[in-house]
Amino acid sequence: MPHRIPLAVALDGAGWHPAAWREPTARPTELTSAAYWRDLARTADDAGIVFATIEDALSLGGRSSEADAETRRDRVRGRLDAVLLASFLAPHTRRLGLVPTVTTTHPEPFHLATGLQTLDHVSRGRGGVRIVAGSTAQERANFGRRADGPTGLPASGRVEDDPALLAAFREAGEVTEAIRRLADSWEDDAIVRDLETGRFLDRERVHNVEIAGEFFSITGASIVPRSPQGQPLITALAHQSVPFRFAAEHADLVFITPTDAAAVAGILDELTAPEREEPLRVFADLLVLVEETRAEAQAVWDRLQERAPLTTDARVVVGDADDVVAEIGALVEAGVDGVRLRPARLPTDLDRIARLVAPRAADAGILAPDTGEPTLRERLGLPRPTSRYARQEVGA
Amino acid sequence: MSRRRIHLAAHFPGVNNTTVWTDPTAGSQIDFSSFEHFARTAERGFFDYLFLAEGLRLREHRGQLHDLDVAGRPNTLAILTALAAVTEHIGLVGTLNTTFNEPYELARQLGTLDLLSNGRAGWNAVTSSDAFHGANFRRGGYLDHADRYVRAAEFAALSKALWSSWRDDAIVADAETGAFLRDDAIARVRHESRLFDVDAVFDVPRSPQGRPVIVQAGDSPDGRDFATQHADVIFSLHTEFADAQQFYRDVKGRLAAHGRDEDSLKILPAATFVLGDTAAEARERSREIALAQVRPQTAITYLEQIWNRDFSGYDADGPLPDVEPDTGVETAQGFAGRHAAIRARVDQLRAQAAAEKLSIRELVIRLTAKHTFVGTPEHVASEIDRYVQERATDGFTVVGHVTPHGLDEFADRVVPLLQERGSYRRSYDEGATLHDLLGLPPVAQEAAAR
Repeated sequence: MPHRIPLAVALDGAGWHPAAWREPTARPTELTSAAYWRDLARTADDAGIVFATIEDALSLGGRSSEADAETRRDRVRGRLDAVLLASFLAPHTRRLGLVPTVTTTHPEPFHLATGLQTLDHVSRGRGGVRIVAGSTAQERANFGRRADGPTGLPASGRVEDDPALLAAFREAGEVTEAIRRLADSWEDDAIVRDLETGRFLDRERVHNVEIAGEFFSITGASIVPRSPQGQPLITALAHQSVPFRFAAEHADLVFITPTDAAAVAGILDELTAPEREEPLRVFADLLVLVEETRAEAQAVWDRLQERAPLTTDARVVVGDADDVVAEIGALVEAGVDGVRLRPARLPTDLDRIARLVAPRAADAGILAPDTGEPTLRERLGLPRPTSRYARQEVGA
Repeated sequence: MSRRRIHLAAHFPGVNNTTVWTDPTAGSQIDFSSFEHFARTAERGFFDYLFLAEGLRLREHRGQLHDLDVAGRPNTLAILTALAAVTEHIGLVGTLNTTFNEPYELARQLGTLDLLSNGRAGWNAVTSSDAFHGANFRRGGYLDHADRYVRAAEFAALSKALWSSWRDDAIVADAETGAFLRDDAIARVRHESRLFDVDAVFDVPRSPQGRPVIVQAGDSPDGRDFATQHADVIFSLHTEFADAQQFYRDVKGRLAAHGRDEDSLKILPAATFVLGDTAAEARERSREIALAQVRPQTAITYLEQIWNRDFSGYDADGPLPDVEPDTGVETAQGFAGRHAAIRARVDQLRAQAAAEKLSIRELVIRLTAKHTFVGTPEHVASEIDRYVQERATDGFTVVGHVTPHGLDEFADRVVPLLQERGSYRRSYDEGATLHDLLGLPPVAQEAAAR
């Protein structure tokens, strides 16, 4: 039996190529409109894509390392809050998992947690989150609450060489655990509506989380009753050892960026964590530009690159649908649990993924079919977490 | 002279004893289907906006979670944004705190809601400073009580500056030249004070209505000042006719000093309603609902909060306890506005109970379950119209008592009568923003911020 995997997509602005907004098929004046995002989400949903991630940042220039990110005028600017955008897309979609990006330095963990629980309620169990550690100088100026923080990767390129970045990863870990703990704070059967005793709530089944960490504390239970998935699907993108460790410790699913299929095995080795109940799901990222023919794809690519050269962490595939399917096949062989495609151009490459890549991947026997599981966790083969508080009760 | 227009908001039933969960028709307070039904009903009734409160911490009573009333609700912003997907015209307004949020983030979240709803977002700005709620947030109970409105006013001013920092025509997206933004597309927003140190470049484009509508609910002098300076709508508690008229005159009279027009601030007090085919039937229903809203345990709990004593042995149908309140420690946390002046409050309650010969339960019904409008649909419609025509209000924030169907009969039976009276809309204008629905002046792009 061949190994079959689901496909995810990563949505951001006009696509992942910085010149994509200049293409004739782009919709550059609609990038923060309801219609644009509804169309993208429905395309992914109808194509059987398992989930869509949505990028976010708390500054105009995003996480760009360019010094002039806040002032340059030739790049896509303006975005929507990703958790809210995902909530908006939930009623517009049926099956698609919705995985917004959140940064963990500035927002209130309590608000993040209740927002994600609500996303899971409104999507009836299709909510997730991509956790991002750290902050930029402009983000800190926008908030004005914390003066110090990381200033990008240190010269060595290694997170562990910068105490501020290490602290940011510790804080991201605390925020992630707060999200999980608050999600557990109402047991599934806490609402009793008992007419005999007049109790709406069984207060024994709602638990104060009593978090007191290095970066913040939270006393009370969530305001949101437990959601369909119990906990949102927690994901993270990781390129090196500290983020790998973060993912292995805190995430359900990690995105990796192997330079090619041969590099996958080494990354999988680094991701093993001894104490997990459920293995970490690993999705490999590919940035794709798809045309009917290789020649056409190359011509578009050359035009884009001439206008604004792309710098990316992900492997880039420029070609026809069969080229992309072959790349996905090689990653499947290498042992990943899924592939996340980053469309170079939106909506064009998402349309091509839906119309060409997904059907051919299915024909090639490498695409996991949708067998109707109601929640995102279930579609990924992940169990629904039992509330940690309920477990304690059983053990007592 | 033409008739004054009635403006109506619909409040999703909240987490206090107004909401009757024991009603056989009561549904989930958390499933999206309940919110969807409520929103569609309000839109079918041509309301200006629907309105959701905010939860920062579950209510407690004497150190334990309060378990008699509905508890548990969604994140306000996330549920409103989901509702934007299933509605077309109605405004979407939520309560959001200025103490446990930061302006950049809240402004971009409200800006997101405003863009995705095509200009239908609103923000009920509330203040808080207590350590009980603060315990769920990064900074704890950091804010001095006296600074609540200082922070709220600066927060609102800063948010307005952020919302107005993008030119309407900021995005040119010229594929030929490669210019995505025009040169002076976005103004930097600086705000330095005792409470803030912000040097921001906003990342959400301007919405069709310029910025979300701002609602204000506090009734203190500071609250009224905030409202006359920053708010577009006041959600007041002044529903008794003469009192409402006086409040209306007072607030509208303050606007000129801020260079504002009377129509630029709408006053929409909270109102409950009970309908019947006859006046007698409505009164009977009102009585039944009040008894469901104030069950014996509810009444005892209410007194326990004020006295800070265990009254579990008392009979709710009997007289008030003949013991003094424990004013040492406040434990009725999370019940806003019930902390102060315990003794004076107890004396006042005793006097009222004695004068009207009330049991504990009857007293609490008087205090918490008095319904604003009780009668036939004709009576309720004519009362609402009278309040508006005679300048006691600009309309009401209507609260049903059952989730999610409580508003249905209002939309079905009262709204058509308001329309017949010629003072309520018969349709929404295509593309109308919440500012438009409320008859508010357009938001100028403030030059100072640019």
